[in-house]
Amino acid sequence: MTSLIELDSVGVTIGNNPILDAIDLVVAPGDSVAVIGPNGSGKTTLLRVIATLLRPTSGRVVVMGTDTSEDMGANRGQGNGFITHEPGLLAELTLEENLVHFSRLSGEDPSAVAQALYAVGLENVASRRVSDASFGMKRRAEIAWQLIAKPRLVLLDEARSGLDEGARSLIDSLTVLTVSRGGAVVSVSHELPSQGDEWPQTVLELSNGRLIPR
Amino acid sequence: MSLRAQAREVARIDLVVERRVGDTLRIVLPFAVVALMIFSLATPSAITDLGDIGIAVFWGVAVLYGMQIALRISASETARRREVMSLIGLDPAARFLGRSFASAMMLMMFMTVLLVFTVVLFDPDLPDAWLPTMLLVIVLAASGLAMLSTLAGEVAGGLRNKSALASLIVAPLVVPVVVGASQTLESMNQDNGILLWILLLITTDLVLLTAGIGLSRPLEEASR
Repeated sequence: MTSLIELDSVGVTIGNNPILDAIDLVVAPGDSVAVIGPNGSGKTTLLRVIATLLRPTSGRVVVMGTDTSEDMGANRGQGNGFITHEPGLLAELTLEENLVHFSRLSGEDPSAVAQALYAVGLENVASRRVSDASFGMKRRAEIAWQLIAKPRLVLLDEARSGLDEGARSLIDSLTVLTVSRGGAVVSVSHELPSQGDEWPQTVLELSNGRLIPR
Repeated sequence: MSLRAQAREVARIDLVVERRVGDTLRIVLPFAVVALMIFSLATPSAITDLGDIGIAVFWGVAVLYGMQIALRISASETARRREVMSLIGLDPAARFLGRSFASAMMLMMFMTVLLVFTVVLFDPDLPDAWLPTMLLVIVLAASGLAMLSTLAGEVAGGLRNKSALASLIVAPLVVPVVVGASQTLESMNQDNGILLWILLLITTDLVLLTAGIGLSRPLEEASR
């Protein structure tokens, strides 16, 4: 089976600081991988490399069959969902308008937005501007977008941090949904997934720039 | 999703945001009008006839304040927002086209209102049939300034102090736009042909359009 992610001796140095060192990682369809590590260990950097948002200093990155050293942008718009601690919504638009905007840009059907907002419990605040929305609402809206876009690869950067139990269970549902349809999930966190979270199949630790089994 | 449809959506959202935030109408335009008033009040009438400098002052104020309008969108865009747009599959060329179009619309409106104040405050010497020519020049100059500012925003995107850097990039490169725009009415006043200046503006716009479309993706990748 073709893997969704292949990292081969990937290293990232920013300035004079080595962040990642000889990272090897293979993620197959249906995999759920958790990477844990302390703050500043390079977890977000690792996800940004996988998301093709950061070019590695060394090594080879193949995402969904495309060697990103040849074309970093080849996979854009083809199923790479990245949820980070900083929402990427436009503050001047409402939650619903943001999702309609995303849908129009990506060629998804904007009529699916209402259903997605309902699925994440935002149907009553859909017309609230992002600037007036809480962090949890923004995060739910980003999950709603993942439900619309149905990415093959979901990347979660401290995605459960600061969320209530309901929103955390939505993250778990997104994980199950993605894995069950043959996608994969890579999540990073500074702590082990707690009891009740959708337990990942593989837990790795990022330490001194290297990935080690946990 | 076609390039055209994406560009249209980018422009639509930029204009919606501008309508809600209202920076152009509520902040930049009033300050630009105040700048015109200061020029008109501070110019010694014994030395200079206000009517002689009206159009030159208009272009100076229009370009300097217009840069702030055109750069505002790129400057306020966060790195995370750019990443989200990239992951969604927004073609950088579509972003350039859509953003330039939205900025050009705002600049045209801004320059037109500013022109009215210029005529009132300076009573400039204007040749016959100046208005259609002036409106054409405003369209061409606004398009050029919008594309140049959008391109500068792309170059500076992701960098610290990007607002200041983008302004520094725009300032010297906007010279052909300023020269073409300011010399058109001057040539009309002197009964000289204006074709050369109109062609300068059109050529500048075409060069910026080509550069913007061609460089948008490499610039985005270079910022990674």
